[in-house]
Amino acid sequence: MNKKKWMRVAIPIISILIALLIASIIIIWIGKGSFAERFDFLVKAYTEMVKGAFGNKTAIMNTIIKMTPLILTGLAVGFGFRAGVFNIGAEGQMAMGALTATIFAVNAASLPSFVAIPLTMIVGMLAGAVWAGIAGFLKAKTGAHEVITTIMLNWIAYNITNWAVTDPFNAGGGIPKSPEIASSAKLPNLLTSQASFMSFGILIAIAAAVVIYIILYKTSMGYEVKAVGFNPYAAEYGGINVSKNIILTMAISGALAGLAGTLESIGLYYRFYGTLSSGKGFDGISIALIGQNNPFGIIAASLLIGGLRTGSNQMQFVGVPKHIVMIIQSIIIFLVAAERMVMTIMGWNRKKGAK
Amino acid sequence: MPFHIPQEDEYKDYAVVMKGIVKQFPRVLANDHVDLYVKRGEIHAIVGENGAGKSTLMNQLYGLYNADEGQILINGEVLSINNPKDAIAVGIGMVHQHFMLVGPLTVAENIVLGDEPTKMKSFFDLAKARKEVKRISEEYGLKVDVDSKIEDISVGTQQRVEILKTLYRGADILILDEPTAVLTPQETEELFVVLRNLQNDGKTIIFITHKLNEVIAVSNNVTVMRGGKVTGQIPTSETTPRELANMMVGREVLLRVEKEKKEPGEKTLEVTGLKVNDNRGLPAVKGVSFEIRKGEILGIAGVAGNGQSELEEALMGLRKKEGGTINFNGLDITSATPRVIREARMSHIAADRFKYAMVKEFTVAYNMALGRHYKQPFAEGGFLNHKNINAISKDLVKKFDVRPPEIQNTAENLSGGNQQKMVVAREFDYQPLCMVVSQPTRGLDIGAIEFIHSTILELRREDVAILLISMELDEILSLSDRIIVMYEGEIMGEVKPNEVSLEELGLMMAGSTLEQARSEAHE
Amino acid sequence: MNIFKAILDAFANPIFYKLTLSAATPLLFASLGGLFSEKTGVTNIALEGIMLLGAFSGVMGSALFGSPWIGVILAMMVGVAAAALHAWASINFQADQIVSATAIILLAQGLTGFLLEPVFGKPGSTDIYDKIPEIKLEFLGKGSFLYEMIGSLSPFVYLALILVVVSTLIISTTKLGLRMRAVGENPEAADTLGVSVYGVRWFGVLMSGLLASLGGAYLSVGELGQFTENMTNGKGFIALAALILGNWTPKGALFACLLFGAADAMNEQLQSNPSLAISSSVKPLFNLIPFVITLIVVAGFVGKTRAPAASGTPYEKKG
Repeated sequence: MNKKKWMRVAIPIISILIALLIASIIIIWIGKGSFAERFDFLVKAYTEMVKGAFGNKTAIMNTIIKMTPLILTGLAVGFGFRAGVFNIGAEGQMAMGALTATIFAVNAASLPSFVAIPLTMIVGMLAGAVWAGIAGFLKAKTGAHEVITTIMLNWIAYNITNWAVTDPFNAGGGIPKSPEIASSAKLPNLLTSQASFMSFGILIAIAAAVVIYIILYKTSMGYEVKAVGFNPYAAEYGGINVSKNIILTMAISGALAGLAGTLESIGLYYRFYGTLSSGKGFDGISIALIGQNNPFGIIAASLLIGGLRTGSNQMQFVGVPKHIVMIIQSIIIFLVAAERMVMTIMGWNRKKGAK
Repeated sequence: MPFHIPQEDEYKDYAVVMKGIVKQFPRVLANDHVDLYVKRGEIHAIVGENGAGKSTLMNQLYGLYNADEGQILINGEVLSINNPKDAIAVGIGMVHQHFMLVGPLTVAENIVLGDEPTKMKSFFDLAKARKEVKRISEEYGLKVDVDSKIEDISVGTQQRVEILKTLYRGADILILDEPTAVLTPQETEELFVVLRNLQNDGKTIIFITHKLNEVIAVSNNVTVMRGGKVTGQIPTSETTPRELANMMVGREVLLRVEKEKKEPGEKTLEVTGLKVNDNRGLPAVKGVSFEIRKGEILGIAGVAGNGQSELEEALMGLRKKEGGTINFNGLDITSATPRVIREARMSHIAADRFKYAMVKEFTVAYNMALGRHYKQPFAEGGFLNHKNINAISKDLVKKFDVRPPEIQNTAENLSGGNQQKMVVAREFDYQPLCMVVSQPTRGLDIGAIEFIHSTILELRREDVAILLISMELDEILSLSDRIIVMYEGEIMGEVKPNEVSLEELGLMMAGSTLEQARSEAHE
Repeated sequence: MNIFKAILDAFANPIFYKLTLSAATPLLFASLGGLFSEKTGVTNIALEGIMLLGAFSGVMGSALFGSPWIGVILAMMVGVAAAALHAWASINFQADQIVSATAIILLAQGLTGFLLEPVFGKPGSTDIYDKIPEIKLEFLGKGSFLYEMIGSLSPFVYLALILVVVSTLIISTTKLGLRMRAVGENPEAADTLGVSVYGVRWFGVLMSGLLASLGGAYLSVGELGQFTENMTNGKGFIALAALILGNWTPKGALFACLLFGAADAMNEQLQSNPSLAISSSVKPLFNLIPFVITLIVVAGFVGKTRAPAASGTPYEKKG
């Protein structure tokens, strides 16, 4: 395939535009009245969406808050892709990371903040790493496909966390949630606006992106991860331990997802809820694909998806169900996966060899 | 009598006429106004180096590619052949270089696939298929067991299945693409007998090869190709291998390499009773022992699939050993990892370049670092040293004439020959004490072959112990100091290249011991 | 110990066998669907999404046209359409089959969630509509063990069992089946003999859509008469695991699905057994059992059973 460098950027952008176009058609379809009225409805829906995402300081803060875990789950999936593993389990790793970190943070009252916060983060990352590491281990040792194993681990994590916050770790009041974490473990705020606040979490997420960038492009470890992802046989021939790298990649990927969950707990909710991850792990897949597995591309893609998510909450008020975002995302993933489809639509591959 | 170029009114006597065929690929002009005239009932050879455009031309005749320009006439009629179905309909059959067989299906199922006998329209009639295949196999004397699964039969039998596939479809024109590449000399002889029988039955045969002695042995006429063009058309009786070689390459070729006399030094690699299993867990190497000394080339001859690739992988730590020991330079490396083996200065030119020896998505520079990416001078403290990687790569690219000499090019953008030069450059740069060299010239043109042979001999001069595994008997005979022959995972005997005949080697490759081969060859 | 007694109780209870059959049925449909797709060389992990679409359209048909049968037909049409998307991307455009299928799962979740309100007027779940009536075998004698066990089963259960036989016949005895096996093992070989690789693969993927959507329709109009968001609960993936465990044969898939179904049924029986007195808060721990079993099966059997060689690999026609 003679794919040029600029296409790596152009394909996701065109996919996004096509997805928005299809979403527009759906919105016009569910609208009522004449075509003009339906078109007005569409304009109103999108206006509300943009306003909801970037309309004022609070909106922008909400978008950044949404973006924070998405950067990390996007990095988790994208880093896995680089080593040829498809970690569809960021959802479960995020939940396990958040639950474990929360349990630790609830009991961290005796520690000063500068110890409690980093320790909580490490605990959350370790939990995510172990949870993903199970899938990595099974893939490396038995060849079990990580897509099936991580999905099973998602369901297992969902049930474990559900049980934990309804039974042994319940705050009472009949709601499935944990007690509040110790205040020493709470992330300090970066910005506040009226009743809302935004923690330092976004800076931690961006720092993680920088670290992943350095690992991928500047270190021998990144070299090994990429070699295993492109061609495991050649990697082994070059003295690289393929099993070790698959497990390590899954663990790093899981640690990033675990960190995503941890930041949600210590920077936003201050406790664990049963629905804390609510699809953010799966969003990581679209984000990694849109960002083409590049850490900085992933930050940009997180801004897009984060914006769509906050915007869609606003869009609900004019009568467009927020599930529209999932539809938009699914179309983007579909088109990025079938990039040749996009190239054909754009007429870029006309000179493709024969015929 | 020179080659007769037919006039239009004679085309009806020609099974195949291809005129002015042009085929452009993204990077190369594969066929540049090629003409081919194949008389009905002849065996016509097409010779040329790898990349000369032979297979491309035949793939157009078989409808796998469409020509950009030009005409195809079958028995005098202009036809457009858009897919294999069209080709089969006009009586063309093709035996591909890589067999097109479905492993878990039986011989009969493979032969009738795509044109299956049925009952009640959509049910597959296996009984009829078996009967029909048996009938054809007896008619043409091509013995097969119709109920065996393809994955359980030998390569030679698989080739018979391929030929039967074309006959089942009523082919009158058979295209065989490099059919002897996987056969022993004796199996090749048997194939030639089959081809002559088919010719007597009135079939036309187009035979693609790069082995010139086979052309002389079996064909009536030859078309020579070079760089996408026809460079010669000649009746076989009027030419010699040397003349064909010159037409193929466009210059005088050295058909033999010059090897200086040299006494081997001390023992470097010693393999004792090595046992290795294949991917299915069945024994592939069954207790093999040998040794290699400094400055010595040990050649391993054998038909593909007799344990050579398992041996190669086991030596480099890429495959588990079931028994035996490997001693290298005083070190027991029987269960060592590839990294440890490389650290001990053993390097490796892998048979399967794409699978093992390179990461095609990586740049040339990154490929030059493969296997040593973690240590000085390529890395320091866990960080890659891009400055050193680039400098060393630039040096190697220049020294080994990798073209284009652009180290940030991704490896998949290089031609096969240049990829191999890149691999050789890296493995050479390891400054090995021992090198495992497997199929080093497969798929390369003559220029690159000469270069790689001279590099291997340079390593020998520098006292490196070399294990050379190759399917090309010429290569084994001209480079090796000693030769061992492998058959079904065992060593059939050891010989010196100047003390063995091609016939004896062939018999050993087919399972005779040295003594049996000697006595049989003398009968 | 109580738990052993509870297990024995379950085995002695005809309802256990009925629950096993009804839990196995949706898995079996999806598993057979996956089989058709994988036999031709296309992995389809989108079964989960297609089931969800089938479940939704089943109820939609039942609600809009007043007949659950029309719902089933609608479900099949939608399932085939969703599979066509996967086929188009992964066969004609050589897309990564896993990623393309992931998109379809997400699309299914998004679309069913999105349409709940415009179509049924409320989010989360629908009202209860007509479902396909069960087949009563009254000659077995009401109240008898056999009657309790198989006396009133959904026609879907019978259909699934018939499809096991039909699938076996198609794959092992027809011309098409031979071509499917050839294309799934070595598409290039089939192509050179004039077998349409794309055509055979399209057939396999469309069949997977048809069958998986029937599995989904069973969940809604066959069992509950209702659709709730994400009601497939990972069944599409468990069906894939059953395919692995069943060594890519219809009969194997049947036994694997019965095994998973039995695990499910046992789980339900134990949870509701009064002598164990399981409190509702630990139920999530029981609910994760099927997933743990699937995980163990996948890890333990993959590689020991044989997948079609070309499964998951895009094929590009020459020329």
